[in-house]
Amino acid sequence: MRQGLVRALGGVAILAVIAGSAACNSTSKSSSSSGGKCGYELAFFGALTGSAANLGVNIEHGAELAVDQYNDKNGANCIKLDKADSQGSEQVAPGVARNLVTKKKLLGIIGPAFSGESAAADPIFDQAGIPMITPSATNPTLSTKGWKTFHRAVANDQNQGPAVANYIKDVLKAQKVFVADDQSAYGAGLADQVKAKLGSLVVGSDKTGGDGQQTDFSSVVQKIVASGATAFFYGGYYTNAGVLRKQLTQAGWKGVQLGGDGVNDPGYAEAAGNAAAAGSIVTLPAQPAAKAAGDFVSQYKAKWNVEPGTYSDTAYDAANMFLKGIDAGNTTTSKMNTFLSTINYEGVGNTYKFTSTGELDPSQLKIWAFKVDANGVPQPDQQVPTT
Amino acid sequence: MTTLKEPPPPVETPARAVRAFTVRGWFGQLPWPARLAIILLVLVGAYLLPYLGDVPVIGPQIVTQGIDWPSALFNMSYYVLLAVGLNVVVGFAGMLDLGYVGFFAVGTYTVALLCSSDSVTHTNWPWLAAVPVAIAVAMLSGLILGWPTLRLRGDYLAIVTLGFAEIIRITADSASSLRGNKGFTDIPHPPGKGSDGKAIFGVVDATPYFWLGLTVVILVVLAVRNLDRSRVGRSWLAIREDEEAAELMGVRTIKYKLWAFAIGAAVGGLGGVMFAGEQGFINSATFVLQFSILVLAGVVMGGSGNIAGAILGGALISYIPDRLRGITDPVFHTDLYQFRFLLFGVAMILIMIFRPQGLIPSRRRSMELKDRAKEVAPS
Amino acid sequence: MNFSGLIDNFGPLTVTGLAQGAIYALFALGYTLVYGLLRLINFAHSEVFMMGTFAALITWGSLFGLDQNSATPGVGAVLAYLVIGLIAAIIVSGITAVVIELVAYRPLRRRNAPPLTFLITAIGASTVISELIGVITHRNLRGVPPLIKPANVVHFGNTSITNLELLIIVLALVMMAVLDTFINRTRLGRGVRAVAQNPDGAALMGVNKNRVISLVFLLGGLMAGIAAVMYVLKIGDTRYDAGFTLGIEAFTAAVLGGIGNLRGALLGGLVLGVAENWGAGLFGTQWHQVVAFVLLVVILMFRPTGLLGESLGRARV
Repeated sequence: MRQGLVRALGGVAILAVIAGSAACNSTSKSSSSSGGKCGYELAFFGALTGSAANLGVNIEHGAELAVDQYNDKNGANCIKLDKADSQGSEQVAPGVARNLVTKKKLLGIIGPAFSGESAAADPIFDQAGIPMITPSATNPTLSTKGWKTFHRAVANDQNQGPAVANYIKDVLKAQKVFVADDQSAYGAGLADQVKAKLGSLVVGSDKTGGDGQQTDFSSVVQKIVASGATAFFYGGYYTNAGVLRKQLTQAGWKGVQLGGDGVNDPGYAEAAGNAAAAGSIVTLPAQPAAKAAGDFVSQYKAKWNVEPGTYSDTAYDAANMFLKGIDAGNTTTSKMNTFLSTINYEGVGNTYKFTSTGELDPSQLKIWAFKVDANGVPQPDQQVPTT
Repeated sequence: MTTLKEPPPPVETPARAVRAFTVRGWFGQLPWPARLAIILLVLVGAYLLPYLGDVPVIGPQIVTQGIDWPSALFNMSYYVLLAVGLNVVVGFAGMLDLGYVGFFAVGTYTVALLCSSDSVTHTNWPWLAAVPVAIAVAMLSGLILGWPTLRLRGDYLAIVTLGFAEIIRITADSASSLRGNKGFTDIPHPPGKGSDGKAIFGVVDATPYFWLGLTVVILVVLAVRNLDRSRVGRSWLAIREDEEAAELMGVRTIKYKLWAFAIGAAVGGLGGVMFAGEQGFINSATFVLQFSILVLAGVVMGGSGNIAGAILGGALISYIPDRLRGITDPVFHTDLYQFRFLLFGVAMILIMIFRPQGLIPSRRRSMELKDRAKEVAPS
Repeated sequence: MNFSGLIDNFGPLTVTGLAQGAIYALFALGYTLVYGLLRLINFAHSEVFMMGTFAALITWGSLFGLDQNSATPGVGAVLAYLVIGLIAAIIVSGITAVVIELVAYRPLRRRNAPPLTFLITAIGASTVISELIGVITHRNLRGVPPLIKPANVVHFGNTSITNLELLIIVLALVMMAVLDTFINRTRLGRGVRAVAQNPDGAALMGVNKNRVISLVFLLGGLMAGIAAVMYVLKIGDTRYDAGFTLGIEAFTAAVLGGIGNLRGALLGGLVLGVAENWGAGLFGTQWHQVVAFVLLVVILMFRPTGLLGESLGRARV
């Protein structure tokens, strides 16, 4: 009898949770105000939860700031920003993407944020004709698949990799470099570019487990120390890079660690500890957010109470490009896509022009190197040439 | 006599036994046309599930929010397939397999290697042609794993199967021909053109994939059910209950254990084939160990050894997280999806404590459990 | 394959492997003890370990205000911190282990449930604990204060052993000896062996079975707590899922040595750690786990009950 009661209570509780949550959901969908420029939707697509969520949150914050500013001018709820959380997972991405595609008023996607999920979700957006501007997916192959609605607002790894190599050769003047990666689409691709450009300076290479799959890097550390390298490039994300840096310091290695945009995050120093992280070099295939034009930095701080992070400004610009398109009356997805193909938009981070494959115009590519300071914050160091 | 302080193990409460038997009893006593009609009705209902959102009042409560409903249904279909396949190994033959996702990966990667334009083989087969090959390869991998390991007892088998799945995952991550996290793009979809000249299996609408998945599930369930009721199924039962006794009675245990492994592997591989055909893009990130554990949890929670239980369990482990996606929780203001594994953990413990044989228990297994209770009652 | 990489670095790889293996061994004891007694894979043991890492971290943080950016304290202070951290980790890990037993296993034992259900509640308990910590910590890494300044203490050829590695290996051996003595020489240990051999017989002889089971979970928890402190000092970070991968390796180590066998856990842990590091030198770090599992399969093919065989249950501890 008691079990019957427990079971019945459990059932009621589950129903209540589902009904309650559904109610939450329906109330959050508020009615949009009228007007020719209003009632449309943009969407953020990327990881808001999961182990590399920091980057996704930066991007979402940037985009949301742009949409809020637009709504302040044109009436509350004029444009709605959907937040599609893909967890950065390729397995989840298609379902989330199809869910967005069913929305009739959706005019553009800010994202997908990572290269892996892009490969899974972009065909769906392309087929549905929805324009996308990714502020952060840097794998070069994405623009070679013939997707007509794909745009990339940053440089890709074909530019970033050589830039890192140039920094190692010209600024650090290192003679022995060790290169490792986490075998992700992003990390391995970038590491290969670095290796190719460095050539004979590479004294050793290795591969580690992916994000969250490996914590004890003692065998890599051992190899780096034994190789006598004075610089170490890690292709991967900030968590692994930070733990590696910490264990390298523990083992007494005194060289400089370098990373790409995936490491350009305060999470790096949180994992490594400020003392170990200080002096590391991380790159960004765009202009530093802190150097963004106008009031962007102060506005961002006012809204989110944090400094703009990696790609916050690019996402802000990406959202503004769509909003500009809406302002100009491009309220269908095909018109929006045509609008983007001819755009020449001066944003806070860069001036954006796209090639026919959706890449940023070569004249607009910028790669910056950052140096992690004693407080663990990556500070803009210098712009690096890509060739 | 300290053990006397322990309460005697409760015998199956009559209330539950009666309940479990009445639904089935009622169904079993119906004349066959009525039974057939009910089954058909259920099947038609299943095929109409993608339109559930249009049903007033109830529909919107059930369909998923953050993820496209037909996609969620398709996900359920391949999870159900996996659960049914794993049920053959764990539920019927009683072998603990912690690395079932390995076979799913074998199926997926066979399709990718044969069909994708990124593949080193450059064969570019159509999806349909790769299906039988992928199933055969998965089956073969089941035999290869089973042959050296079936001598091992239950728990040793568990760790070896787990190791097998991890080896497959790491190989997929690290072997250059399997492309790791870069993955295979352009995996072709199932064939067929609609009357308007467009492909039936496009990328935007997942409904046809669900129908295909459901059809495959029905076929597999029919096949597995027949097998379970044949000589093979009875041998599995004997092995599960007491392997040594079965051997003495002339059951060729190794042969039937290999059978179970091979069939489970083939169904798992088929699941992988479906997944690859819908996804169009696959990489190594999918085949993590937690996936195996999730499917095992689905089988055991649903009711190990019972096909209906496996179907329910498989559907729930896919549906619940998808339903939670896109819902903000009132306390932490994060996506409820974050809590999916937490809720699963709690559900797993509660179900196992209050319903140790799963939500829909296997009738044979409940009798077995009663026997066990009787055996130890005097102590 | 990189033979010269393995041969040139043979010494250093072996040393890091031994240190890693010592942590596996301490961790593996929990699996082995519980399995030897109950024939149960205590999947949730990985979370017992994880709770220990956080306990040490939070203790250092809240009692002494130490975080990963603090300076390395003096030798006397370090010893005090270490001991206090160990105590905290041991207490929390021990409690966690016993609570898991009470919540997830005891109700099932009472109902005499089939073995598979134990495994599922174990997985359930493991998920609940790690996800709970994951949600609380936002799934972020937590850094460990730099308590031990690395220094090489032993040199031979190109091989050197750091103070931390030495500490880990020695501590593991000492704890192993203590535990071995406890199980073999004390009254309580005899109770454990009795229950492992014949639960009903032991009960008839007046052994309180439930108390023995709790004791074994507690012992496993204590060892996991020590392993947890060694781990955070070596790795420098912890996270909600720190126990998961390490748990699989530790369990592999336990099976390799012969599950249920205390000395087997030590041997299995050390063999596994060294083999993984050699494998990493030979094939690359990404293959180290493959080496571990292939080794496991090969050994089980020739010795189906592991290197030293099962033994807690056969009074040959």
